[in-house]
Amino acid sequence: MAGLIFRRLSISAIILLVVSILVFVATLLLPGDPAQAILGQQATPERLAALREQMNLNDPFAQRYLHWLGGLFVGDFGVSTASGGSVGALLGDRIAASLVLMVAAAAISIPVGILVGTYSALRRGRAGDHAATGISLVLAALPDFVIGIVLVTLFSTTVFTVLPSVTLAPPGEQVWDYPSQLILPVLTLVLVVMPYIIRMMRTTMIEVLDSGYVEMARLKGVPERQVIWRHALPHAIAPVAQVIAIQLAWLAGGIVVVEFLFRYPGVGQALVDAVTNRDVQVVQALAMLIAAVYVVVNLLADIVGILTNPKLRTGGTR
Amino acid sequence: MTQINTHTETSTTVVETPPGLLRRIIRQRQAKIGLVLTGLVVIVAVFGPLVLPWLTGYTSTEFVGRPFQPDGLFGTDNLGRDILSRFLDGGLTLLVFAALATGLGMLLGTTAGMLAAYQGGWLDSVIMRGNDVLLALPQIVFALLAITVLGPQGWVVVLVIGITHAPRIARVTRAAASAVITEDFIRASEMYAVPRWKILVKDVLPNITGPLMVELGLRMTYSIAAIASLSFLGLGMQPPTADWGLMINENRIALTLQPWGVILPVLAIAILTVGSNLITDAVARASATVEESK
Repeated sequence: MAGLIFRRLSISAIILLVVSILVFVATLLLPGDPAQAILGQQATPERLAALREQMNLNDPFAQRYLHWLGGLFVGDFGVSTASGGSVGALLGDRIAASLVLMVAAAAISIPVGILVGTYSALRRGRAGDHAATGISLVLAALPDFVIGIVLVTLFSTTVFTVLPSVTLAPPGEQVWDYPSQLILPVLTLVLVVMPYIIRMMRTTMIEVLDSGYVEMARLKGVPERQVIWRHALPHAIAPVAQVIAIQLAWLAGGIVVVEFLFRYPGVGQALVDAVTNRDVQVVQALAMLIAAVYVVVNLLADIVGILTNPKLRTGGTR
Repeated sequence: MTQINTHTETSTTVVETPPGLLRRIIRQRQAKIGLVLTGLVVIVAVFGPLVLPWLTGYTSTEFVGRPFQPDGLFGTDNLGRDILSRFLDGGLTLLVFAALATGLGMLLGTTAGMLAAYQGGWLDSVIMRGNDVLLALPQIVFALLAITVLGPQGWVVVLVIGITHAPRIARVTRAAASAVITEDFIRASEMYAVPRWKILVKDVLPNITGPLMVELGLRMTYSIAAIASLSFLGLGMQPPTADWGLMINENRIALTLQPWGVILPVLAIAILTVGSNLITDAVARASATVEESK
């Protein structure tokens, strides 16, 4: 099993390496000169040459790539083409802000999703189940920005005007100092992620409840509450863990649209701004950052899968 | 008792052949609701531009009044253009682009998936590892990277959404095709020296239509969402084009003054994706029962 995990680990590392080449090569296709873009049209040739030297633009491609890649490991993400400032300084607070959003969304959607899915499975075919499955089917279909806009329409503009629709933390202060501004973005992410968890939890829970060992426990006279919490739920969690991990990985990309919608000062908003300004250095750094989160979460999902799969307990030596 | 039961069951299935996939899909209530919902939006999107001149009297880019005024049926947008005109004109590009992106993804994905399953060996490894790399970037980030390099244009959006769908479709195709290629009729075709592409198209493809149709529906829903999202971010369709995603972005600052500019396109996209998701769900159930009855 350790061998299997190690193999999965090295595959992830190689994938990230290839992605980094892909992301870096993309910049070579760009027309124009980054140094010119930073300094503007009026720049003197001397300043241009100096900046090119400073940004290592004269080095051969492989050397520039290695320099960039090495920089990523020590937190040096290069210089923003649009602002001329360090990308790392630009991103520090934003990464924290985005993490707050992701962690809050995960912390709410996972337990609630598991509970609603279990409830739905236990009341199979009845009104509560129909409502839960119907709503999650609709929510699963809706694009994230549609859910967000509907929430804004309901809670901050027309029906109830109770929650702020945009995030307006003064510069220098952190987003979590204004919890009311976090509610709508987090709720949007929760509503996007949760339907998948509910549906998967319902399906596996129904399978588990129909299984022999649950029937056995019931026949033995184990109280129903204990049957569910001790016998059924732990067995249903393992397959759901993978879906949860996939949804968490999705959050890494999903925050892009949601942050843009709520003007939330996080990584996603920065990425959209950078793409609009064609600020290549920032796009590169953010794409790598999001890819890394995505790959790591997927890796964790697979490791959970390997650890919880009884068939693989003796595996790894095949 | 059980014997009699199974006997009558088998005899009935022999007499009346089980209905085909399409009829099984249509029979479900979900599919009917889904078809009505999607049909509604598709009719608006396709015929909207045609009836536009005499229905509203304005084109979708003409300035007809002051911004955010309740003129006309649904008022004006941020630049004083007629919202109903823009709504009627703005759906077709979304549908066409989503269909093209899905088609491209299905073409690339099924080809790669079937080749990987049938050829095996190094080609399989290369295709599946390539998939892993493409899957390491979230779809939206991949799209944003491509748009940074190539600019926000229609064909870039179609291409990049199609390419990001391909690995996901390839995985499903490969799994489904792997089960088929061990069958005897494939062996038989091989012995008759039928060309490889013909085996894939005539023998393998018809046997994996179930999972592929589910995938088609799923990817169509995702394509609509992804393309609308990119337009919403201002990185898909560019002004002054009338487009639902773009309309939402342009008019959301006036949600309290003139909500129709946002509500109409949001409703349309919501109905469309919910409808196509209902159909996909029905297809999945129908193809699952086909598999069981085999």
